[in-house]
Amino acid sequence: MHSVSVRDVSLNFGAIKVLEKLNLDIMEGEFLVLLGPSGCGKSTLLNCIAGLLDVSDGQIFINGKNVTWEQPKDRGIGMVFQSYALYPQMTVEGNLSFGLKNQGVPRAEIRERVDRAAKMLQIEPYLQRKPAHLSGGQRQRVAIGRALVREADVFLFDEPLSNLDAKLRSELRVELKRLHQKLAHNTMIYVTHDQIEALTLADRIAVMKGGVIQQLADPHTIYNRPRNLYVAGFIGSPPMSFLDGSVLAEGGGFIFRFGDHVIPLDGYVADTELRPLSDAILGVRPEHVEIRTENEASDTATFPAVVDLEEPMGADSLLWVTFAGQTLSVRVDSSRRFRPGDPVRLGFNLPMASVFDRQSEDRI
Amino acid sequence: MTDISTATATAAASVGLPEEARTDDGPRGPRPMRALSRRNIMLYGTLIVVSIYYLLPLYVMLVTSVKGMPEIRVGNIFSPPLEITFQPWVKAWAEACTGLNCDGLSRGFWNSVRITIPSVVASIAIASVNGYGLANWRFKGDNFFFTILIFGAFIPYQVMLYPVVIILREAGLYGSLTGLVIVHSVFGMPILTLLFRNYFTSLPEELFKAARVDGAGYWGIYFRIMLPMSLPIFVVAMIIQVTGIWNDFLFGTVYTKPDYWPMTVQLNNIVNSVQGVKEYNVNMAATLLTGLVPLVIYFVSGKLFVRGIAAGAVKG
Repeated sequence: MHSVSVRDVSLNFGAIKVLEKLNLDIMEGEFLVLLGPSGCGKSTLLNCIAGLLDVSDGQIFINGKNVTWEQPKDRGIGMVFQSYALYPQMTVEGNLSFGLKNQGVPRAEIRERVDRAAKMLQIEPYLQRKPAHLSGGQRQRVAIGRALVREADVFLFDEPLSNLDAKLRSELRVELKRLHQKLAHNTMIYVTHDQIEALTLADRIAVMKGGVIQQLADPHTIYNRPRNLYVAGFIGSPPMSFLDGSVLAEGGGFIFRFGDHVIPLDGYVADTELRPLSDAILGVRPEHVEIRTENEASDTATFPAVVDLEEPMGADSLLWVTFAGQTLSVRVDSSRRFRPGDPVRLGFNLPMASVFDRQSEDRI
Repeated sequence: MTDISTATATAAASVGLPEEARTDDGPRGPRPMRALSRRNIMLYGTLIVVSIYYLLPLYVMLVTSVKGMPEIRVGNIFSPPLEITFQPWVKAWAEACTGLNCDGLSRGFWNSVRITIPSVVASIAIASVNGYGLANWRFKGDNFFFTILIFGAFIPYQVMLYPVVIILREAGLYGSLTGLVIVHSVFGMPILTLLFRNYFTSLPEELFKAARVDGAGYWGIYFRIMLPMSLPIFVVAMIIQVTGIWNDFLFGTVYTKPDYWPMTVQLNNIVNSVQGVKEYNVNMAATLLTGLVPLVIYFVSGKLFVRGIAAGAVKG
């Protein structure tokens, strides 16, 4: 059974269509990330699921129950917001118990649930403090606790880590993942524009753009076999390099023609079926390009290129190279040093590459 | 290069500074400030002149109000009192005559209190709920209502003066305190609603959303979430309303009868009395007494006004 189902949901603000006929099924216990740039409708979709926005058309089901017209409190959800949204005049304990008091939960049970959540999130020492006297990380923990005490089936996260600094963000990210492992039956829907968060946390990622889900798949597939040019360019940092060329049939196989160069598409994993295309794009991630100096012998690295720039990134370095007039990024081990102007040879890991039809922008 | 400076020299060299930079005897540390610079003379000079301009009349009033009449007749209004007497204050409060009544301003004071308190409470209570509704909830025609309210804020009072007289007469409230309280509450509504709406709009929307997920309803969110965060704006609204209603003269004369005249109207009658000798000291004392209430409100609420209440609600 699906935990959350979104069926044909549309949402218009006046003449502006924010969501159009959107469908999404989420399994029980799944961690689903809605990923996209700002304005893509991901937060809007989350607010629709929460019941904070009324949909213009379509239905929303939670645990098999049609909740399209239900109030947020009756949907069995807990929600965590980007700005924490803690009630400033209440103590941490007051914040945690506010929703339970509204539900009329008995006093003893409120205590018990608050204590359990506080223990799980390690905020017990701060229960009597006001939010103003907590650090950002502690505040966000309280906000998560507020969703936790509701013992909801579905947790909704609206960019919960975006307000934290980088170190705290990675710490809380790990904690969230741990929390999800502990609460194996709770579905989590998580909105973010941060692809690292998406890739690390998600069971499945829905990449959104313009109110439409571009691809819904597990992080591995999203990263390695992006369905279209948009997903390919959005995911990955540094981004995928694109080469404009054409696909031709040659000698029983296919080749990618790029300027004067011919790259045989041996071992390419196609989504549909390779076919000749006059206008195609070859996308390669920086780590899927092999690089050799002129002196090193190699069977695969055969295309001549020139180093533009070296960006040391700690564990590895990023090389920007010019290959037949186009710039490519290549990830290399940080022990290997290159200088601008060095002539090098490139090879492509084609099983990990993607070919796109320029017309439809879809992956072949 | 000497031995002592070797270490610093290396440090300076390593960040690419020229060697002279470290031996330079030029300016160092905070820039010195001259007390009597041209800028300061202009600034403080202007402030002092303007302050005197504003405070001098107040000084004259205060001094005159504690002088006896013989001393006032000498004619030097700036001279400090030779003999301090509080008789004019007592007279202004309890004995000055307006028409047949000779119980001073006290009657007007209590009338004003009876007008101001219910008007302020009612208008703020209603306007804050209005503002909250308009800011946080979407309902059919919300923009229409809001436009009407804004429009109301710009209509001159004089236009509605007579229609309101008719309405009050038909409702049987003309000449009563209740009628005046209603008039004050209604006329305060546009500007107060606007004030509250803008304030509630400025509060983080996610707080409102969180409260909805937590199961609080319209009134629950208003009383438990919004109100506790709104002290500053309530203080502002109170200042606006108390000063406005306390200082009102027009509505007080038009909509009530002499028994209910507010303090301002009575002050006018005392000061403009044509019978007998002009008692300047009593007039000054009466004026000061009338202005005391708004003044006290300002001083008491100033601190609350400044304090930020929403701290810690969101990203800090």
